[in-house]
This record gives sequence, structure tokens and C-alpha cells, in this order.
Amino acid sequence: MSTLSVHDHGVVHHEEGHEHHHDTFLTKYVFSQDHKMIAKQFLITGITMAVIAMLLSILFRIQLAYPDKAFPLLETLLGRFAPEGRLDPEFYLSLVTIHGTIMVFFVLTAGLSGTFSNLLIPLQVGARDMASPFINMLSYWLFLTACVIMLSSFFVQKGPAGPGWTIYPPLSALPTAMKGSGMGMTLWLISMVCFVASSLMGGINYVSTVLNMRTKGMDLWKMPLTIWAFFLTAILGVLSFPVLVAGVVLLIFDRSFGTSFYLSDIVVNGQVMPFEGGSPILFQHLFWFLGHPEVYIVIMPAMGISSEIMSVNSRKPIFGYHAMVYSLIGITVLSFIVWGHHMFITGMNPFLGGVFMITTLIIAVPSAVKTFNWLATLWRGNIRFTPAMLFAIGMVSFFISGGLTGIFLGNAALDINLHDTYFVVAHFHLVMGSAAIFGMLAGVYHWFPKMFGKMMDEKLGYLHFWLTFIGAYLVFFPMHFMGLDGVPRRYYAFTEFASMQRWLSVNMFITWAAIMSACAQVAFLYNFVHSIFWGKKAIQNPWQANTLEWTTPVEHIHGNWPGEIPTVYRWPYDYSKPGAEEDFILQTTPFSQTMSSNLPHDFEDNPAGMEELSKWTSTQKANEEVK
Amino acid sequence: MQQNKEYQTTNTMAFKQLINGGALLNTSESKPLVKNSKKLLALLAVFMLLGTNVLMAQTETASATTADKPGVDWLSVGYYVLLFVLLAIAIAVVGKILKVYDLSQQIQGKKGIQWNNVMGIICLIFLVAGLGGAYWDITVQGSMTLPEAASKHGVKIDAMFLTTTIITLIVFVITQILLFTFLFRYRHSAKRRAYFLPHNNTIEKIWTIVPAIVLTVLVIFGFFTWQEVENSSDVKGQPASLNIDITGHQFAWEIRYPGTDGILGKKNFRLIVGSNKLGIDYKDKHSFDDLQADTLVLPVNKTIRLNIFSQDVIHSVYLPHFRVQQNAVPGLPTFFKFTPTITTAEMRRKVDDPKFEYLLYCNKICGGSHYNMQKVVRVVTEGEYRQWIAKQKPYLTYPLMKELKLAQAGQNKSISQNRLALNN
Repeated sequence: MSTLSVHDHGVVHHEEGHEHHHDTFLTKYVFSQDHKMIAKQFLITGITMAVIAMLLSILFRIQLAYPDKAFPLLETLLGRFAPEGRLDPEFYLSLVTIHGTIMVFFVLTAGLSGTFSNLLIPLQVGARDMASPFINMLSYWLFLTACVIMLSSFFVQKGPAGPGWTIYPPLSALPTAMKGSGMGMTLWLISMVCFVASSLMGGINYVSTVLNMRTKGMDLWKMPLTIWAFFLTAILGVLSFPVLVAGVVLLIFDRSFGTSFYLSDIVVNGQVMPFEGGSPILFQHLFWFLGHPEVYIVIMPAMGISSEIMSVNSRKPIFGYHAMVYSLIGITVLSFIVWGHHMFITGMNPFLGGVFMITTLIIAVPSAVKTFNWLATLWRGNIRFTPAMLFAIGMVSFFISGGLTGIFLGNAALDINLHDTYFVVAHFHLVMGSAAIFGMLAGVYHWFPKMFGKMMDEKLGYLHFWLTFIGAYLVFFPMHFMGLDGVPRRYYAFTEFASMQRWLSVNMFITWAAIMSACAQVAFLYNFVHSIFWGKKAIQNPWQANTLEWTTPVEHIHGNWPGEIPTVYRWPYDYSKPGAEEDFILQTTPFSQTMSSNLPHDFEDNPAGMEELSKWTSTQKANEEVK
Repeated sequence: MQQNKEYQTTNTMAFKQLINGGALLNTSESKPLVKNSKKLLALLAVFMLLGTNVLMAQTETASATTADKPGVDWLSVGYYVLLFVLLAIAIAVVGKILKVYDLSQQIQGKKGIQWNNVMGIICLIFLVAGLGGAYWDITVQGSMTLPEAASKHGVKIDAMFLTTTIITLIVFVITQILLFTFLFRYRHSAKRRAYFLPHNNTIEKIWTIVPAIVLTVLVIFGFFTWQEVENSSDVKGQPASLNIDITGHQFAWEIRYPGTDGILGKKNFRLIVGSNKLGIDYKDKHSFDDLQADTLVLPVNKTIRLNIFSQDVIHSVYLPHFRVQQNAVPGLPTFFKFTPTITTAEMRRKVDDPKFEYLLYCNKICGGSHYNMQKVVRVVTEGEYRQWIAKQKPYLTYPLMKELKLAQAGQNKSISQNRLALNN
């Protein structure tokens, strides 16, 4: 059934492609409905947002390193937000908030899933385009709208939203509580509603494309791990993002229409407020019901991308393909019942805290399985160090380092003292920040030839990798110890505490490491832009990979494959198969063409194939005997 | 200033020469190339030296002038930009040298640079340097962390922390070593083929079950520790704990001790006015002798129950030395029960710092001055505590009493009337 519909769809598209030979600039680059172009739009918007968020982080890192120093340049750049060259404390909080929001939602959710789900789902499952190209286009434009609204909040009088990316009320609900709870907060909420709408449109599209539009022979167990990861990520997003909207809408009501969903017993500036009966904890439940799956929305695509890249470049099948899929499914299911570990000490019932602690530590098991499987994939491989491979490895290293500290934070008893300290900052920046961004960069380096038909420069990629990798460790590793000393996050300066001043030298070190990492990104940006226009022309399958996207021509065409969509016969990880001529066998190669390398394992659910194989082996044996 | 300008000109000259050198590099052959690159390095060094001088001079003058007239120090900004550009050019030059070297090797029929080997070796170097760095960090910065727990339950938390640290550190070291040695050991070679190993059920079962068991152990210990720490309402038969109210508002803490009756009076946020900033309900007799304090003074080895309130936004009561943290939520009173075990004086001796103080500070983002919302906590002996509490002043001050008198009198009358009525 599904293959039939795919075929029909494809034919229609193909004809369309012939009708409009001359796409106008507007339909080709701007209002494009082609998934490959939309992927590029997501990528470039995502990179732009990432650069902005990175610059914001450098600003507040400078403040933390030099709390007593005035930088007149800052006043020139930021005006009223940095009077006399010093950041305003409330603007500092705005910077932290917007940095977090942009990185988590705009870069690592839309930039990562949006780019690679759009690019790879149709290409790797063998479809001409997404299930609904129009909704796909709408998804991008809503995302861009959300970006513009979010950035526009820098231009309102009181500055952007400031109550942290988690926007806990009452701080975010009372415009009088801080500057960042005024107009900036309103813009934040509007932007987020647009973003969630965009994300839902994308997610629904990804799920329906994966379920309905796979090519002939592409059953679920023949899908590359990238597709599994994008598919499960999309399901997570579709189920959890609406809850955020519910929370946000109630917050808008509290802010603007005088309801008391989250507010109770409040006195601001000596003024008794009329709110009664609401609960700030309710918002935290609603927020983290999205917020926790969100961190897996961020990391799972990175996991899928890294799995694929590590397999290709180790020239080895991914170890334990089924275990990898089941652990992804396990993470998906469990991620819905762990949100309370963000709320151990917020006043939530301690018994619930105990329950959430158990579920949280269970989720470490599938994560551990994934790590060990990656290591086993590298074992006895034939490892090619492409920049993509290095970034995938960096992702694994960060995932281990950051994941292990999660065992501390997931433990409610230990969380009492670690909650909201720099230990948490170190943990999530390694495990979902650095790891996810490395997954994304790995994907960019690996699929750049597919996206732009050009190759990126490898040497610059090496430079970019090592500087960023070392830089990220230098930035985040020392933060663990600050956290263990009880240094809280979101502090504008540590000057008011004698006990925290000894961390000033560490803060300076971290800031300079961060500046170095930021400068290293110039190598990437230069490489990226330069390669798009002047890079070496790519060949069809530059990495000698098995998956379907490398069977499409280098020049993009609407509908992806010029003729019929190829049929899939095998799983995507037949690398270095003994008996095969080359060390890779495309998914589109039937078993009948590779008799010398077929294994009994290949025909577990296929008795006819098994019979063929035994017949072939017996004739081989007979031949040998004759000889 | 004159001197600076001089430096600047030398810098630009060096810069020009450098560019020329770079241009030369692209065209010339390999021998003068090496020579040039040496010259280049020397120039770079000179430049950096001069540049630092410029910077130093600048910062000195800048710090002298900022007091009266803050202006953008474009020169030092420009210096940084120039330094970055120069670095980028240097990298480009090195890249070109490598390319030329690689090509010349290939022309001579040799292999050229084996990048897979280079990366494999860097991976190994990174592993050694990284583990060394991590060890240094753990020993040096690890010793800068909080001193031993100063509360009863804190000791259990610390024990748990130590167990978790040991387990995770072992896993951390082993996995990182495996990761990077595999990278080196199995780096690409055209002669070899990877080993086709799609799965192995036994080993997969092992590494699912082993982490599961370890985590189960951690969960069980953690769960019981957590229950013990949190389920701490007063049990019958135990000596009653000392109730202290702590109320957060932007950006300070208010502390309220019970008076001689040992019971804190009721509060109501609607009663908050300038003269009654906690909204203490003086209809409740227990509130008459409630005391206000600037410092959170705690008697050692006595159970403390902190009742935590917030008047505006969420704050968090954080006492890291006692391993205590609980959010202050408007509309949802919370509490934390703990027993301090080490007095401030003792702790001062232990950390060898005569100025050491226990601190309480806010640990939930609450607005512009979130970074400075602290209270000193002092743990003292029972005797010192009694002396101190005797000196504290009640919330019910004389002017407030006057203000409330009328209402109060009326209230008392009505209560007595009610009693009379009941007696009848």
C-alpha cells in the first residue's frame, strides 16, 4: 500500500518539475517547498541564531570574568543596557535567558531537527519529498517569524525577557518584578507560540513521511539510525510541545487578564496583589513536561547522526543495531516520566521526588547501552578521520562526561546541594549543549556534499574540531568544582561573597577559553561559506556510504531521483562484509548480486532467501570438492 | 602616547612585511619558504611582544582616565581585532605551507601527510593530556569545594556523593581511555579491513545488566537517604525542634524566632503594611513575643525546622555548608528540618580561616539583585544561643502596639465575652 502511494506521489511531482523548468528566485530560494531547500533554510537560520547566542554568551562571560572593570565599548554597543561600560544586572539576566532560549529551541531543536529531518528523511527512506511540502514550508516561515520576534525584543525599552529560559512565574508573570518581565517577556511568549506551531508542523510531517512514504523494501528495521532518531524525536515533540503552549497560554492569562493560575499570596513593592489560589509549581510541572523531553529532542538527533557517521567512517556496521533502536525507544518513553527531577526541591511532594528519582536513574541504562555500542562500533574498525567523524566522536566523549554527572543530579538526595549551582550548568552544557552541537556539526560536515554539492575543507575542519573540543572541555570542566563549592548559577557577579571571590581566576580562565572556542567558529563559518561557493565539487558518494541519499545525483532535482525510486534490499550497515568486493554494499544492492558475502544472519525472516543461500553454499562446496 | 604611536607604526610595518611574506610563500619554492616562515615566526613574536606592551600601556592609561571620562579605547579594540586577523593569516599561511609540502611530497612519489595517522596521534595526546588535566583539576579545584557537611543528614549526603563519584570516575576514565585508544589503535590503513561485527547478544546483555544493577544500588541508597532527609515532620516523643521562619522578598531575607512560648504566631499576607512587613497576625497571642533577627543563629546539635515563605517571586533558601536547600514559593509554605553539628568557631578552626562564616543565600533567579541576597548563619553553643536570643527585639514594637491597641483591645474583649458565653 504505502509503496503504491509513494509512487503516485512521485510521478505527480516529477511532472510538476517538468512543467516549471524555470523556478523564479522567489519559489526556489524563498518560498520553496522542496525539502532540501527548506533544510538549507533551517540550517542557515540555525547557524545565524547560534552565532548570535554565542556572542551573547561571550558578553556575559566577560562580565563574570571582569566584574569590576568597565568596558566603554559595551556602552557604545549596547547603550542603556551597559551604562558606563558595565552590564546592567537585569540585562545580564536577559542575556542568560535569551542565550538559553535561542540555543535550546532555535538552534538545537529547529536548527538540528529542522535541518537534518528535512534533508534526510525523504532522502534516506526513499521519498520524493515530505508528506506535505506546503506545511513544511509553513513550518520554516513560522520558525523564522519566531526568530525575528525573539530578536526584536532587544529593541524594546526594557530589554528582552529576563527570568531565565525556564520563565518561572511569578517572576515572569509580574511586570513590576523585573525589567525583563515586561514587554520583552510578552514577545518571548509570542515567539514561543510561533515556534511551537512551527515545531508541530515539522513534527507531524516527519512522522507521517516516515510512516507512509518509505520506498519499496524499506521496512522499519532497514531504516538507518538517523531516521529512527528523527522519527522518535518528532513523536516526542508532537506529544510534549502542546503542553508548553498550554502552560504559556495560562501564563499569558495571568499576565494580561488578571487570572491566578500560577499566582497566590503576592506582595510587590509593598502592594498586596489580589491573586489567590494559584500555584507556581503548576507551571513548573507544565513547563518540564515539555522541558525534559525537550533535552532528548535535542540529543536524540545528534545520537542518530553520530551513529550513522561513526559506522560509515569506521567502515563497520553499527554494533547492536536493534539495541540502538530499542534504547532510543526506551529513552523516548522514559523521557515522559522523568520531568520531576527538575523540581526535587521546589516544594513538590517529596514522595513524588523519590518516584521521579527512580525513573530518572532508569533512563541512564539505555544511555549506557548506547555509549557501549558506540565504543564497540569503533573496536577493530578502520577509522577514517573525516571532520564529521571527529565531531561524532567528540559527541560521544561529551555525552559520557556530561551523562555521568547526570547520575549525581538525578539523585534527589544529592540534588539538594547541587540544584541550580554551576554543577548543573556544567552538566547540561556538556551532555545536551556541546554533545548536541557536535552532533549537528558532524551532520553539517558529513552531509554538506549532499546539501550543496561541494566538499568542505578537511584541514580547517580539523582545526575547528580540536579548538572547539578542547575549548568546550576547558570551559565546562572547571564549572563542576564551582558547583561543588555551592556557587549558584545566574549570578551577575561573585563580588558580594568573600567565599566566591577565589573563583574569579577560574572565571577568567573559563572566559578566555570561551573566547578561544568562539574564535574557532570563524574557521567553520569561513569554511562553510567559502565551500558553498568555491568548494571542491563533490562526487556522488564521497564517503562510500550505503544509505539511499548517496544514490541521488549531486545536482539537486525536484523529486530527488531522476527515474524510479530505488528499491531497498538490505539494512544500511553492510560495511566491510567478509567476502564482498568493496568495503561497502549499498542498500539498493540485492542479495543475489552479493552471493559471496551473504550470511545466514541476513535471512533470518526470509526462508526463501535462506534456501537460496544454502543452495549456493552447497554448490560452492561441491565445486571446491570437484577442484 | 607618542610611544604608543611608534609601536603602532612598527606593528603595521611588521604586518605589511608579514603579508608580503605570506604572498611570497604562495609563489616561492620550498627552500626560501622555510626561511621565510622562520622570519615570519620571529616577526610574529616581535609583534606580540610589542602588542602586549601597547596593551599594558593602554590599560594603565585607561584605568587612569576612566574615572573622569569613559571613552571607547579603540586602540586596544583594534589591537585585538588585528591580533585575530594576524592569527587567521598565520593559520592560512601554515595551511598553505602544509599543502605545498603535501603536494611536493606527492610529486616526488612519496605518500604525503597521512592525516589519519596525525589525527590518531593527536587523539592519543589529547587522551593523556586530558586525563592529566582532569586529575589536576580534581586535585586542585576539587580541594576548593565545600568543607565537610555541618549537619547530621549532610554527612549521609556526602557519603553518597563520594560513592557516586568513585563509580562515575571509574566509568569516566575507562570509557574515555577506550574511546581514544580505539581511535589511535584502529586508525585507517589501506591494507586492513574492519572486522564485520554487527552484534553480540551476550556482551550486549552484560552491558545492559551491569549498569542496571549499579544504578539500582544507587537508586535504593538515594531513595532511602532522600526519604530520611525530607520526611522530617516532628515525630511524637522526639524533642520538639526549634521553629524559625524565614521569608524571602526582593532582595532580602526576614528571620523570625519564636519568643519564650516557643511558638510562632500566625501570618497573613493581606496584613502586610510598612510597619508590619511580614504580615504577622497579632490576633494570635503567640505572635506577641516573636523576635526579629539579622543573623540566623542556630544552637548546635538541636533540630531546626526552617519554615520557608516568599512574598513575591520564587526564591531558594540555600545553606550549602549544611547541605540544605528548599525553594521559597509564594502561596506554598515549605520547610526543611536539619541539625547543625559543627559550630562556626569549630569550622573556622577546621578550614583554617578566622573569618569563615556559614552563609544562607538565594539560589533561584529572582530579579536584578539576585546575586546579592544573603544572610550570615552562625552556629553556636546552647549557652551562647540563649544569651543571643535574649538580646533580640520583638516584632511587636511600641509604636506598632499603639497602632494596633484599639483593635487589639476590642478583640480581647470579644474573646473574653465569647468565653463567658461558652461558660454559661
